[in-house]
Amino acid sequence: MIRTGERQRNILEFALSSLHRRRGRNLSLLAMYVLIIFVLASLLFFVSALKREAALVLHDAPDLIVQRMIAGRQELIPVEYGAEIASIRGVAEVRSRLWGYYFDSWNGANYTVIAHNSPTGTEGGAAIGSGVARSRKVKVGEMFPLRTPGTEPLLLEVKTIFPDSSDLRAADLIIISTADFSRLFNFPVGKVTDLAVTVTNVRELPTVAAKIASLHPDSRPILKSEIQRTYQSIFDWRGGMTLLILLSAVLSFIIFAWDRATGLSAEERKEIGILKSIGWETSDVLLLKFWEGCAISLPAFLLGVILAYGHVFFLSAPLFSQALKGWSILYPRFQLVPVVDISQLLVLFFLTVIPYTTATIIPSWRTATIDPDAAMRS
Amino acid sequence: MILRPSTLALLLISLLVTGFSLTAGFHAMGIHDRWDPASGSEEQLELERKTYLISTIMNYVFPLELLSLILLLYTADELHPLFTGAMCAAGTLAVNPYGYPALLVKIVTALLAGVWLIMNHLDSRAFDYPLIRTKYLFLTLMMPLLVVECVLLFSYFSGIKPDIITSCCGSLFSHDSPTLSGDLISLPPVIMQALFFSAMALALLSGILFYRTGRYGQLFSALAAVTFPVSIASIISFIGLYIYELPSHHCPFCLLQKEYHFIGYFLYVPLFIGAVSGISARVISPFSANPSLRRIVPDTRRYLTLVTIICYLLFTLIATVEMIISPLKL
Amino acid sequence: MITLSGVTKAFSCGKPNEFTAVTNVTLEIPPRQVTVFKGPSGSGKTSLLTLIGCMSRPTSGRIQLHGLGVPIPFQEDTAVPLEITGLPERFLTIIRRSIFGFVFQQCNLITGISVLENVMLPAYTSGERLSEVARRALLLLEQFGVARHARQPVELLSGGEAQRVAIARALINNPAIIIADEPTAHLDSKLSQEFMEIVSGLKRDGKSILIASHDPIVFDSGIIDRVVEMRDGTILDDRSVR
Repeated sequence: MIRTGERQRNILEFALSSLHRRRGRNLSLLAMYVLIIFVLASLLFFVSALKREAALVLHDAPDLIVQRMIAGRQELIPVEYGAEIASIRGVAEVRSRLWGYYFDSWNGANYTVIAHNSPTGTEGGAAIGSGVARSRKVKVGEMFPLRTPGTEPLLLEVKTIFPDSSDLRAADLIIISTADFSRLFNFPVGKVTDLAVTVTNVRELPTVAAKIASLHPDSRPILKSEIQRTYQSIFDWRGGMTLLILLSAVLSFIIFAWDRATGLSAEERKEIGILKSIGWETSDVLLLKFWEGCAISLPAFLLGVILAYGHVFFLSAPLFSQALKGWSILYPRFQLVPVVDISQLLVLFFLTVIPYTTATIIPSWRTATIDPDAAMRS
Repeated sequence: MILRPSTLALLLISLLVTGFSLTAGFHAMGIHDRWDPASGSEEQLELERKTYLISTIMNYVFPLELLSLILLLYTADELHPLFTGAMCAAGTLAVNPYGYPALLVKIVTALLAGVWLIMNHLDSRAFDYPLIRTKYLFLTLMMPLLVVECVLLFSYFSGIKPDIITSCCGSLFSHDSPTLSGDLISLPPVIMQALFFSAMALALLSGILFYRTGRYGQLFSALAAVTFPVSIASIISFIGLYIYELPSHHCPFCLLQKEYHFIGYFLYVPLFIGAVSGISARVISPFSANPSLRRIVPDTRRYLTLVTIICYLLFTLIATVEMIISPLKL
Repeated sequence: MITLSGVTKAFSCGKPNEFTAVTNVTLEIPPRQVTVFKGPSGSGKTSLLTLIGCMSRPTSGRIQLHGLGVPIPFQEDTAVPLEITGLPERFLTIIRRSIFGFVFQQCNLITGISVLENVMLPAYTSGERLSEVARRALLLLEQFGVARHARQPVELLSGGEAQRVAIARALINNPAIIIADEPTAHLDSKLSQEFMEIVSGLKRDGKSILIASHDPIVFDSGIIDRVVEMRDGTILDDRSVR
């Protein structure tokens, strides 16, 4: 047993010295390898961080939202619906919500406007996200105008700016009072955007939703879990599509690795011949090739992952943010919360190291089975 | 079809494993048919070289099967929020009829690959390739299983559709989705506890007996093989409950999660290794008839038995400790 | 002792370019002697040495090794002659590594690594501790007067020095039999003489030495015990010089 361990160590030592001797060629391979792993790892980390971010956004969302549909489109819902829903057994609370989007023609950004009466929502005042503050170049205490359907613009004073670090949801937010909200959008009286329903027992959510649907056939109850699911699917789908595109890059790397492993230089072939003639066996050479592969793959994997970690969590993934993040141009500065789990690393390993190893198996075997008397015959 | 990195990785690996194993199986058939150790012909030398290729491929496929088994469970767990009513991996796998068969076939393939590697190792220690035909026949017979696994996996992933909000209404009302349970059918805990501890005790006793006296080897292997499914049923039936501290959560997969300190790996890995060596000890026993293996086989069997004893003991120990420290009392 | 009976080695069997390198050779080689295989190139002497040295396997015929005095891991009874003809490569390699040392026509040293590492290479795979191997390697290098080059890369060695390093490498596993294929082909007369002196030293140490050569310095040397003359894969003449 000790002998086996010693043999492994000796062969590993020789593998490292072999790589070192051909460092020029091996470094170019390593560089490509690192690049591939870096790009794939960045993508995986970024998508999962976004998913987490979205999950956080939804964490505080109500369990059940009721919208109203007319002719297949979402419409404003009458406040009376709320009172009727509140009388369903199991419903703890129904909250009317007023919110919408404001398109800022100055810079083409979309803000999320929410009406909320307390604590910052006094009339004429607003709490805004950092993104809004940046794009409007306003500070706390300053005033800024928003267009209304009427002739008079709505002037608002900035009371609070949400800190930059918070997350996706706060950046584009403007919170104002209900009265300002009605003036801003010329919102019809007695209507709200949707209803947020809280139930006493979460297990009864589907039942409550079904009751609401039968009470008001034009309503659309949506569970939080459904929204979460939809978000997850969208991110997965985007991530998956991007990955598919990137897999072509992996493929070309694999072809490169295969080609390199097959086209052994005459010098290398001679070396293996010598080793075999002086007492190395086929499985020793296979082991040598295995260790060589490890000595390339492991550093490449580590380096690629570390670089990707920095890219995504410290630099906010400049390579992907445009493609994957955005429904708004307001988000260039938010920082993702670093999370990496084992399954991501496993997936990454499967998508990079395993294909590389696979590509080198048959060439390694061919090399290893050179006749031991080749060195004699030359 | 769910397009996400983990499913792509699983499908990719499945294709690689299947493609590679088929290559190995193809060469294995050739060796099985044309092997002639007495010949010094070039063809024979070429066949001999191919044995190295096959060993290398199988040495590679086996860990890959195990790793992808882990990833499959991870992925299934990750996907559960996408399905109404699925609480964890157990629910996700039940989304369509291919999930569990795929998992099962994967476990069986991994087991067989382990047994094959032990056989291969044994063969390489004798100087006249005594097992060459047997082991390559075995390998050839494994091929259809690998293809089945690949097909099942593809069917599973292409057949799943997340329950997402559609344009007109919430998914809840768009179709009657059956509620997927996170719980598997389980046997009554008390009966299972009795069954588990007696099976384990018998397997360990016969193992120790065989290790010390060299007798009852067949009995030991049979018991070791039976203990494997019994232990898995026990995890579902009662060991899991103690770990989750919930009297009704019968999931064999959640215990692989971080919330439970990855305890599942410490249970499944020894169990799996123990089963592979226990079964192998039986599989290799007839090979001692070969003159060149006469001395090697008994040694290897003893060694395998020791591995099984240690692994099964470890499994029992961890399970028992979990049962004792758990606040849950059944 | 090595016995060969009816040994034949053919290449590209059944193809138009089929040729037989060694034809039906039967031979006994006693231990602790210097045997020279003499003949023009293509006479089959190198092929015969690769067969004896467990580097390749005969197409037909048998080769047996007797009284090796070295334990072979899988051999149960060392008194029984070891038949090497049908052994798998794995076992041939074990035998080759523990019983034979090789000196090639080209020195076949691996460039880019040090002299010391080159000498140690055959022992890497036997699972010995490298520090122990290095100690032995240094002793050998000292014995052949090249110890001062131990840390240098092999490219810097002169022809004679490279030859001695190659001999040191052949001896690292302390083999009972040394096989040398045209060892003096690239050496001038003085170096060739030196080589033969080394050979005589090895003989004194109790090694069996097999040399393939068509160099008169070799087969006319006083230390030779036996000359086997070959042509077209068969033995023309087999005479004891003593």
